[in-house]
This record gives sequence, structure tokens and C-alpha cells, in this order.
Amino acid sequence: MIGSLPASLSGLAAEGSTAGLEATPASGAFSLMWVIIALPLLGALLLLAFGRRFDRIGHWLGVATVAGSFAVALWLFLELSAQPEEERAVSQQLWSWIPVGDFQADVALLLDPLSTVFVLLITGVGLLIHIYSVAYMDHDRDRRRFFGYMNLFVAAMLLLVLADNYLLLYVGWEGVGLASYLLIGFWNQNPVYATAAKKAFIVNRVGDFGLSVAIMVMFATFGSFAFSEVFAAAPDASETTLTVIGLLLLLAACGKSAQVPLQSWLLDAMAGPTPVSALIHAATMVTAGVYLITRSNAIFDLAPGAQLAVVIVGVVTMLFGAVIGCAKDDIKKALAASTMSQIGYMIIAVGLGPIGYVFGIMHLLTHGFFKAGMFLGAGSVMHGMNDQVDMRKYGGLRALMPITFATFGLGYLAIIGIPPFSGFFSKDKIIESALADSWWVGGATILAAGITAFYMTRVMIMTFFGPRRWEDDAHPHESPSLMTGPMILLAVGSVGAGAFLALGNRLELWLEPVTGFTEPVPPLPIWVITGITLAVVGIGVLIAYLQYAARPVPDTQPAGSLVTVAARNDLYGDAFNEAVFMRPGMHLTRTLVFFDNKVVDGAVGVTAATIGGLSGRMRRLQTGYVRSYALTILAGAVAVAAAVLLVRL
Amino acid sequence: MNPDAYLAVSAMLFAIGATGVLLRRNAIVVFMCVELMLNACNLAFVSFSRLNGNLEGQTVAFFVMVVAAAEVVVGLAIIVQIFRTRRSASVDDANLLRH
Repeated sequence: MIGSLPASLSGLAAEGSTAGLEATPASGAFSLMWVIIALPLLGALLLLAFGRRFDRIGHWLGVATVAGSFAVALWLFLELSAQPEEERAVSQQLWSWIPVGDFQADVALLLDPLSTVFVLLITGVGLLIHIYSVAYMDHDRDRRRFFGYMNLFVAAMLLLVLADNYLLLYVGWEGVGLASYLLIGFWNQNPVYATAAKKAFIVNRVGDFGLSVAIMVMFATFGSFAFSEVFAAAPDASETTLTVIGLLLLLAACGKSAQVPLQSWLLDAMAGPTPVSALIHAATMVTAGVYLITRSNAIFDLAPGAQLAVVIVGVVTMLFGAVIGCAKDDIKKALAASTMSQIGYMIIAVGLGPIGYVFGIMHLLTHGFFKAGMFLGAGSVMHGMNDQVDMRKYGGLRALMPITFATFGLGYLAIIGIPPFSGFFSKDKIIESALADSWWVGGATILAAGITAFYMTRVMIMTFFGPRRWEDDAHPHESPSLMTGPMILLAVGSVGAGAFLALGNRLELWLEPVTGFTEPVPPLPIWVITGITLAVVGIGVLIAYLQYAARPVPDTQPAGSLVTVAARNDLYGDAFNEAVFMRPGMHLTRTLVFFDNKVVDGAVGVTAATIGGLSGRMRRLQTGYVRSYALTILAGAVAVAAAVLLVRL
Repeated sequence: MNPDAYLAVSAMLFAIGATGVLLRRNAIVVFMCVELMLNACNLAFVSFSRLNGNLEGQTVAFFVMVVAAAEVVVGLAIIVQIFRTRRSASVDDANLLRH
């Protein structure tokens, strides 16, 4: 289906985008690029190394470093946009990391339109969520440690997107994995949370394995892992090699972005504090896979097989997450399932090639706003409801939490794609690109839009509308302004980001030099597609209304149909992993242990016992009696004499 | 002169000495049996020397005597020491080599 693209278009895209922008060495304002990463890193060091001394001001220190980072990023963004289009890539060589003969690993940063967009998202949304956390984590005695980890995460994520070679990107990649692990298990006094953290870390390792092998293959093929050199050399490599690299990068993306088959960790990752879910597991880290694929567009454009795999993974995850989202009663898990599904959209978009990269990134940005906003809203609700997460125990909260309701509601309108909210622009574009590619991908994206509308309406109704189903000791109240402020700003983003990025093709023009762009040509007029999508969304909303607003919501979980039960159990993803990987793995290790004990150790043991036994027997010859030795000597002498005589004869 | 008789005597002495070494427990007797074997060898050497009409066998016999004298010095010293520590001259009591 990717192959069905007109050859001229693919060729054009390949020519236009594989080489990318020629990076110029940093000078002037751009030599401050390193500060963007250094500030949060310094914050993390101070907060984590100096212990309780920073307890009183630690949280504001954490906010300040990210704010400084954001300010520098904004400045550099303005500087960069003032440059002519072909000079909008600046690289900064910091130091030579591992210089060994032909193996040259540099610590070098690259600021180009793509990384700028990410840096702004990470520092901007990160700043808002840091501010929110000051109030949200107010009662936690480990608030300083929390901010230390958050700063560590921001630094690692910035390193990931600013690296100008795959090896340095890998450092950031591992760094965000570590920060994610630390933050999911932030309340590790609860063993379930600690287990969730371990699960996230281990599942991510599978993806990291893919990235590390991809880097090795790259080095073996191209002799370098700098973006510029790899992408320049990519057209000369065989398609098989590029497909292998592409599939390995896809595996990496699956791990970090919680795509099927490595999706299982994300729902459990909701064990972390809610700001973590908003920043790491909705807005930034889980989009690293999308970044990786977009960044490697020069490789994917030349490997249609890998692109097809990307699209398939995206479609499966999109529907998978959407179905799970329909059945979850835990508000954070419903949102997490939705995150999986929305990242599925992005993965589809970037799998479509030059017609999709820009829209994938656009959806990533708008999603960063509305999903982070909704997570913060969910945190605000939990804050007011004694950390209750079961939506069946909510209901009718709109009167008592008007700001939370309004911001969450705007995020809701954005995610289901109602015009003119931001999700409409980004999601509609993805649907158009998908339809331009093939009917089944396009159809799946429209279907998922309908399911999205259903489960988000369900969340909305169960939380904010209907009768109050609260626990007796719940006293819901609006959150302090430190929490509502960031929520309002993110809501503004949920409303306006899409229109801002899409109208006038701002994002397309901005990203085109890096990712390339081809106008998608859908088989239907655009207004028809939009109409169909909105109709499907409307049906989704209507079904949710009939089921959850027209009928009372039971405050305990009803039995549910077969599909509902499956969705409640994450579509048996864990059961699958357990049956296919864990149990055979345990059997394998047990067999190996058995083999080791019985065969390897056994062989050694038998040899030792044989020699021991033999020498025990031989030892008996040594009686210590001089006369017996004399007899032996005599016998030997006689034997020698006899032999001599025999030879003589 | 019939050399066979000398050689036969020599062989008999050697056999008696060897048997004594193997069968007797008293270190002194074992020692004397060793001397007997050495002297049986000496007799054989001298006989062959006479038989072949040269002096080499006689020379070797002198060497053997020197060695035997030296051996007596060392051997008797050892036996005396063993007797002092163990109050016994039995070769079977000195079996520590086994351990």
C-alpha cells in the first residue's frame, strides 16, 4: 500500500528530505544551546545530591531551572525562525566523547526545526506541570526528590531530542527510561507501584535493545551514527539493510511509545503521581518513538517494508488502546489507554511517509496540550476526592470544580476532534493522509475517532455529570490556583494550538526542510471526509450519552459482556505476555538451571569423583612399609632384567 | 677355576640378602641383608673381572665398598634416630610416609 504511492512522489520526497538541512556550527545566541539541557540537569544534581538542605526551596528551584530552559529555548526558537529557511539547522560540538580510531562519538547537539518544536513542547508543558506539581505534591514529604527526578527527566528528554547522533540520543533515551522508572515508583512503599515501575523498565529494555542493535547495524553499514552522515549515506545502502534498521527503530519506538506489542507497561505506569502521568506518560516521553521515526525519515522513506510495519503497529495500537479505554473505570487508566490510542494515530501518520510526518508531529503537539491538560484535570479531581480514581465514585463534579470541569471539557472537545478545537485539525489531517494512502488505514482511523468519542464522553459524563456517587468522606473542592493556572494555560493550548499550527500551513512550512512534505491526495473531497468523521464522532458521543447519561451509572462494576471484560483486563495483553514470554521463559531458565546443575556441574562432579576415587584406591599402594617398597623395586628390577634377557634371546 | 661356581654363590647370596630385606622387620637385620646383597654383587664383579682378565670389575668392587661404607654411616645413624624416637628398630613402625 505504501508502494502504491506514485513513484515520482516518493522519489521527490527522498530527494527533498533525505539529506535534510546542512547544519552550520553554532555561533552567537546558538552557542547557548547546551544551557537548555544543563539547567535542568544542574537542578536535578542539586536536588538529589544535597538532600534535605533543599527541602524548603527545592520545588521552586526545580521550577526555576525548567523556566530558564524554556526561556532559552524560546529565544533560540525566535533566533532560528529569523534565519533563512535553509540555514535553520545549527549544530554545537561540545566535546569529543569516545574518540577511538574510526569510531568517533561526539557530544554534539543539533537544533533544527524538528528538535526546536520538541524542545518547546518539553520545556513549555514541562514548566506548566512543574508549577502544578508544587501544589499537587504539597503534602508529600519527598517533594524535593520528586522535583529532582522531574528535572532529571526534562534534562534527559531534552538530550534525546537535541542529540545530533544516535549514540547521544540513546543516552537521552535511557535517561528518560530511568526517570520514568524512578517516577512511576515514586511511592515505592507500595509494592504494587514498585512492581509497576519495574515492569515499565523491563518492557522498555526490550525496545532499548532494538535501538542499540539499530545503532550497531548503522555503524556497521555507514561507519557513523551522526544523523547527517547516516542520512546522507542511506540512499546507497541496500533496501534490506534499511528495512532491518527501520524495524529495529520501530521496536525501539514501540517500547518507549507503548505500542503493541510492548504496550503493557503504560497502563500500570499510572501508579506514578498524576503530574508524572501528564508530563512523561502523555505529553513527552511516550512520544519519543514518534520523534525517533520522524527523525529517521531518511531511512524509513527508503524502506517501504518498515513503513508498512510502522503503519500496522499504529493501526493495531490505535484500536487496541481505544477499546481498552472504553472499559476502564480508573480515570487515569482510561486516559492512559487513550494516550496509547492517540500515539497510535501519530505512529500511523509518521509511517505514511512524507504525507504524514508533519501531521504526526502536529497531533503530537496538540495531544501534548490536551492530554496533559486532561491528566492535570484528573489530578485535580483526585486531589479533591481523597485520591479516589474510580469514576464510578465520581459524578456531578462540574458544579463544585468549575475550572477543572471547563479545562477538562475543552481538552475533551479537542481530543474527540470537534472543530475548531486543536484535535480537529491534527486528527483530521491524519485521517486525510491515511485515506490518501489506503482505504483500510483511513477507515481504521475514522473508526478509532468514533471509539475515542465514545470513551472520552464516558469519562466526561461519569466524572462531571449525573448524580453524585461519592464515598461518604469525600468533600470535593476546586484546586488551588497553582494547579488551576497550568490547567487553564493547557486548555488554551487545547483550544488554539491546532488552529495556530494548521492554518496558514505554519507547521508544514516549518518542518518541511527536515521531514519533507508531500500534499496528501485523499480519494474523497476533504469536506466529505470531515463530514464522515464528525458523523462517526457524533455516533460515538450519542452511544455514550445513551449508555451513561440516559441510564444511571452503577457505582460498582457490572458484570459486563465478554468484550468489556477483555478490555478491563487490557485485552489480555499481560496474560498474553505471561503465556507467551514469561512462562516459556521461566521454563527455559528452569531447564537451563537443571541443565547447569545436572549436566555441566554433573560432568565436573563425576570427573572429580572419578579422580578422587581412583586416587583413593591408588593411595592404598602407599603403605609406608619400607619392605613393600623394596619388593616393588625388586619386582621392577626383575622385570627389567627379564625384558633385557628376552630381547637378547 | 670354574667361574660358574662363584657366580652361583653370588646369586645365592643376593637371593638370601633380598629375601632378608623383604621378610625381616628388624632394621639392623635388614641392613645387614642389604650389605649381603652388595657383597654378592662384589663377588660377581670380581668373578667377571677374573673371567675377562682385566681390572675393571675389581675397581667397581672397590667403589661398591666405598658406597657401602658411606651407606652404613648414614643408615646406622637413621636407625639409631628411629630407635631413639620410637623405642623400636622395626622397619614396619616407621611408616609415616603413608600419610
